[in-house]
Parts: sequence; C-alpha cells; structure tokens
Amino acid sequence: MTQASNTQAPALKLAPTPGQTIGPFYGYALPFDKDNELVNQARPGAVRLHGVVTDGAGTPIPDALLEIWQADEDGNVVSKDGSLVRDGYTFTGWGRTAVDNVGHYTFTTLNPGATEEGKAPFIMLTVFARGLLNRLFTRIYLPEDTAALANDPLLASLDEAGRKTLIATREADGSLRFDISLQGEGETVFLSYPRES
Amino acid sequence: MSTETTSNEAFTDSHVLDPAATADSQESISKEITDIHAAYRQSVVDGAKAETQPRIDFAPYRSSLLRHPTKSLHHADPETIELHSPAFGERDVHALESDLTIQHNGEPIGERIVVAGRVLDGDGRPVAGQLVEIWQANAAGRYIHKRDQHPAPIDPNFTGVGRAITGPNGEYSFTTIKPAPYPWKNHHNAWRPAHIHFSLFGTDFTQRMITQMYFPGDPLFSLDPIYQAITDAEARDRLVATYDHSITSHEWATGYNWDIVLTGSNRTWMEDEEGDH
Repeated sequence: MTQASNTQAPALKLAPTPGQTIGPFYGYALPFDKDNELVNQARPGAVRLHGVVTDGAGTPIPDALLEIWQADEDGNVVSKDGSLVRDGYTFTGWGRTAVDNVGHYTFTTLNPGATEEGKAPFIMLTVFARGLLNRLFTRIYLPEDTAALANDPLLASLDEAGRKTLIATREADGSLRFDISLQGEGETVFLSYPRES
Repeated sequence: MSTETTSNEAFTDSHVLDPAATADSQESISKEITDIHAAYRQSVVDGAKAETQPRIDFAPYRSSLLRHPTKSLHHADPETIELHSPAFGERDVHALESDLTIQHNGEPIGERIVVAGRVLDGDGRPVAGQLVEIWQANAAGRYIHKRDQHPAPIDPNFTGVGRAITGPNGEYSFTTIKPAPYPWKNHHNAWRPAHIHFSLFGTDFTQRMITQMYFPGDPLFSLDPIYQAITDAEARDRLVATYDHSITSHEWATGYNWDIVLTGSNRTWMEDEEGDH
C-alpha cells in the first residue's frame, strides 16, 4: 500500500490561489433543493448524519456551510452527475448543507462501506463559515468496525482526545452524531494533505 | 463601549448582526495588519517558507477570533475517497446560468463585465468538466440576502448568482455586473473591496476551495482584514483579476481575466507510485 508523505509528494508547478472566507451571504447562492439529501429518507439504509457546529466559546455557529463526500454502501467511489438536481434515485456521494439558526446540520445519506478490505469507513467533511478564512477538512469515521479503527493510520497518529473527535456516535435510532468544534474544548482534528503548497 | 456603537444600534442599517463587531478604528486595525505583515516578512528573511494561503488565525478579522482551530492541521495521507471528487455536468448546470444579466425580465443596472479564465491544478493541468459557482453584490454593493440590510438599492433585475461547468481546457466565462464595495461591521467605517465569491472543485476533493476574486487597483485593499489575512503580497495578487481587452467586446462589456490554481492532485502521483511496486 502506498504511504504518501509531504517529502515524497512532487512539488507544485504553479502557486495555488489563496482561499478566502465564504462570508455571511452564501445563503441565497450555494444551497439548493434537497442539497443535504444524498438519498431519499424513505430508502432502505438511509441514515441521518447530524450534529452541531460550535465556536471557541462553545456557542453554536449559525452561519457555517458543510459538504460531505463519501463512497456508497459497498465502498465504491461513485462518479455520477446530478447532485444539483436530485432525482431521488441517483446516489452521487456528495451533499451540502447550511447549518440552521442553532448551528445544527443534518444530512440524509448511506453508511459508506470500506473502500478497501479492512479499511475503516469514513465520510470526508469540509467546513466553511463566516469568520473562517479558509475551508477545513476532516473525516467522520463510522464507529462500528473497531478492529479497522484500531488499525487506521490517521487515528493511530492521534492522541485519544483527538481520535475521539473523528469518530461519530451511533444513536439509538441508527443516526450518526458528529459535532464539530472549531476551537477549544473538544476541538475537532482538522486535516492537511500533501501538495497544498 | 463607545457612543459610536450605541448610535449604530439605533439604525436599522446593521449590515450583519455580528457579536464580534467592534468600534475599533481603521487606524488600529491597519496597525495590527501592518505588524503581522512585518513579522511575516521578517520570518521569510529568516528562512521561513512563503505562505500561499490566508492565516486562519488573523485577529484583525474579528470574526475569526473564536472560529479558527488552535491546534495545527494534522497531516493525513489521502485515501481512496479523498483522491476523487464529485462529478458534475450538463445535467446539473444549464449553459445560461453563467450569464447573471439575463435572469430577470430587464437588464440589471451597472457596468456589464465578462470574467473569464481557467481552472488549473497545481501541476498546471486544466480541471475540465467541473463546477464553478459564483455569487456577488450588485452594482450598489447590496446582496440579495435577508441578512444584508445595507441601505443600498436592491436591483430587481439582478440576483448575483451564477454557475458554470468548466470546458475541456478548464475554461469558464461569466457575464455579470461589476459589484460595488460595501460596508460591514468588523470595525468602524469598515468597507470590503469589490469582489466576486468563487466556489471551486478539483479532481480530488482535497482541492475543494472557496475564495474571492478582486478587481485591479481597488483603493480598499490595504484596509481590508479579510484580503490582508493573506500575509504574502504575491499570494494576495493571485486573487486580483487582470483587465483584459481581448475579453472586452465591442459596444457590449469590459473583460477581466482570472485563472484559478487549485492545490496539487494526489491521485496521479500516488497511482504512479503504486504502479512502481
């Protein structure tokens, strides 16, 4: 298996364009009909993924936008268009949602399968917010496969407190709960990848 | 609290109800910016790598104070899903969505412009067939957003939202109206330089980005803590479009060119390496 690292990664040929905050006024531009419904709620296997986004004072943030990107139930990465015009049948693997006035978000999605045998399944998450000058990436791991979680290279590189922030909680009704703390108590571990600069 | 804040609250023109809003003067904000930039330039002289992205911890932008992680980002080796991106296509976006001047019955007020360029990855390869989304204020500096209460006129013929799918060479083109600067509440008499918000996807989801495109020569650049959160002057310049007379069209619209470079794809080199084993 390939292990990437910044030392092996080839240097960029062009300097990347800087990011900027999403600002306060994305609400009439980026959300779209059924943006957070990767699958219809009625579909067998449909799962609610939800949580709250909080700031360094523990206060919910009412102006964050989240996106998820994930494999399907069998661990396949899908490459299907139609995310912006949800037909209720096509699983595209990508969704977007603005948090509500109390910082809460909800996606309706599927539990992703392991993309490779023995790998811990996770959902990729991107956070945008007013006051956040560049997007943040993290992973939402499913809690069930404890053996795979124990072998996961990223989780193994974190201390217990950090590891906990990346593993979702399964609620009694089957929902996945994943809270996002931008700062302070229980601060979520956010990720960088090779070849960012 | 100064009387300034009190008098502002007496008006209904509160642009954004921001608890982080302050009564600080532009002078004190500018001084903070100058000091951070001077420290950055010294660090580069001392051998630090040039920065390409904004600081996420940038106190002159007051809303960032409680909204940035205090721990450094944790390195992750990208795995399968992170080496791919969602797919978008003609099903998602109609070709006419790239013209923001034809969304209503009449012509919007303002200076008609075309903003065109290419989306490239960090290796200079075009990002083809991907989604580009933009949103912006109108020619008076007003957004169609319930939270924007800046007392400038709404234009019934301008929403300020556009989408496009990049062409085979990563090219995009939007026809729109030049947005105006607008006030905000970061500090007293704070004004944002005119800008268009851009949302971009690459071939890997790790290249996902949202940014703002600015116009050349804006006198508000040096005063703006969002733009100046990019401490490196060359990096800041990368957000400024270029006036391009070859994009300008006869008796119709002036033209601006702006190319966007995403971070590097990890898929190609990791797959190549995989093949070597």
